[in-house]
Amino acid sequence: MANWDLQALRSDFPILGSSVNGRPLVYLDNAATSQKPSQVLEAVDRYYREQNGNIHRGVHYLSQVATDAYDRAREKVARFIGAPSPRDIVFVRGATEGINLVAHGLAKCWLKAGDEILLTRMEHHANIVPWQQAAEQSGARVVVADITPSGEIDLEDFTRKLGPLTKVVSFVHASNALGTINPAREVIRLAHEAGAVVLLDGCQSAPHFRVDVSVLDCDFFVFSGHKVCGPTGIGVLYGKKEWLERLPVYQTGGDMIGRVSFEQGTTFREAPEKFEAGTPDIAGAIGLGAAVDYLDATGFDAIEQAEQKLRDHVAPRLREIPGLKIYGDVEAKVPVLSFTMDGIHPHDIGTILDTDGIAVRAGHHCAQPLMKFYGIPGTARASFAFYNTTEEADALVASLRKISKIFA
Amino acid sequence: MSELADLYQEIILDHNKRPRNYREMPECTCSAEGNNPLCGDEVKVSVRLDNDTLSDVAFQGQGCAISRASASMMTGKTKGRTASEARALSGQVRDMLLGPEAAPPPEVGDLAALSGVRKFPARIKCAMLPWHTLEAALAGQATATSESGD
Ligand SMILES: Cc1ncc(COP(=O)(O)O)c(C=O)c1O
Repeated sequence: MANWDLQALRSDFPILGSSVNGRPLVYLDNAATSQKPSQVLEAVDRYYREQNGNIHRGVHYLSQVATDAYDRAREKVARFIGAPSPRDIVFVRGATEGINLVAHGLAKCWLKAGDEILLTRMEHHANIVPWQQAAEQSGARVVVADITPSGEIDLEDFTRKLGPLTKVVSFVHASNALGTINPAREVIRLAHEAGAVVLLDGCQSAPHFRVDVSVLDCDFFVFSGHKVCGPTGIGVLYGKKEWLERLPVYQTGGDMIGRVSFEQGTTFREAPEKFEAGTPDIAGAIGLGAAVDYLDATGFDAIEQAEQKLRDHVAPRLREIPGLKIYGDVEAKVPVLSFTMDGIHPHDIGTILDTDGIAVRAGHHCAQPLMKFYGIPGTARASFAFYNTTEEADALVASLRKISKIFA
Repeated sequence: MSELADLYQEIILDHNKRPRNYREMPECTCSAEGNNPLCGDEVKVSVRLDNDTLSDVAFQGQGCAISRASASMMTGKTKGRTASEARALSGQVRDMLLGPEAAPPPEVGDLAALSGVRKFPARIKCAMLPWHTLEAALAGQATATSESGD
């Protein structure tokens, strides 16, 4: 934190200087998508202006430049999450596509009738619905581990439900709706002991702390570029080499083939290419490479400290507001604050905050089973990033106090 | 701030806090459940029709202040009307929220308080959901979503 210059950091993000409804933007919807620094915008722009060519296809100069840039992005992402090799990184459209790719593949090559897929009650719909589909296709069954009232996996219930039939365990690293961080290392170890393959949904962990997939030992890890200061339309699926080899192809077409023949049939390339059919989001991958460079240069130690400071500042002030209840109010969490206010619907909170230029999300956060667990229709969620300020947190608190008065 | 005051007028806040006709109606002749898949708002509207007259209208459900107030005012406004009068009123509310800007017609009475929603396009569905649901109930349908109609 020695040379943490928040104003300089903020000036990297052009949108943070804008106004909304005549007020300076206070962007607290980072769990939905993060803002983008100039370094990312410029990398995407430079690609289209100076490097635009299709990859792996041409002998010409631009094709080579684009291919190199795309491959470099893969290397950066591999380093970013501690993957042993860039070959373990598959570029996908986002976490959603990553999970679909794995669920679709496991339904074909791993799951059998009677098997169990163990999820938790706190999953994002993106980590529920693809498994329901996989279950339907394979005859397997989705089993749901409970969570504790404070919003973490209930390890006792999880252990009880984990058994010889459990072939897949898929769970969220940090909850998008609560911010709570699951003990991933421990859960993965238990799942492996039971013989299950494990997917970890890192959408909300990758933006906030250093992830090392080699230490975590998960078989698959997914995250979305747009939540780590990168562009939309690009995401990452990490898979252990043996699993990427084993998993059947997903989409098929150009770039992913070894040889195509009407007479002799078609062969496929190895991972990761076998999962990247067609022209990928080259600009997106390059932008994501720039984004992870940006986060690395900013430093996760400093990011964690800054976010902790914001949380320490805002959480007690929120708790002081009469009738306000924070869900997942525990110490170990990413800076996501999900709350309700007595007698005030989250949408009304969201609308009024917006008139003050404050962006939060209101609703079920794509986690309807979790909302049902708490018996609420939804929450208002303020999700912070390292570039937020304590003044912005104060603006949120002041606006919430005003809302309290309006609905008193 | 003034747009905000237009949206959350006293009368809307009052209906939100003390919704009228918020109850079950075991003796209803028709009912429908409406939901807004985007935000999860849910409303159930129950009607007792005597001949063609809505002799009783009630609602229940989870929703924001706008949808609760809209539903609460709707139950009061449509009680005692004929089905076609209720549908006409629903059309007038829709026009007030979605049509060209104009002074609310006198027939809508208190419902004019909903006109502030115009300035908040994301919330128009909240205000219309109870009305869609009432129309569905009158048409003998069991469900309505905020996606229908507008
Ligand atoms: C925990 C979690 N999982 C999955 C997703 C889906 O990500 P995307 O919509 O970028 O594919 C999100 C994002 O909303 C998320 O927060």
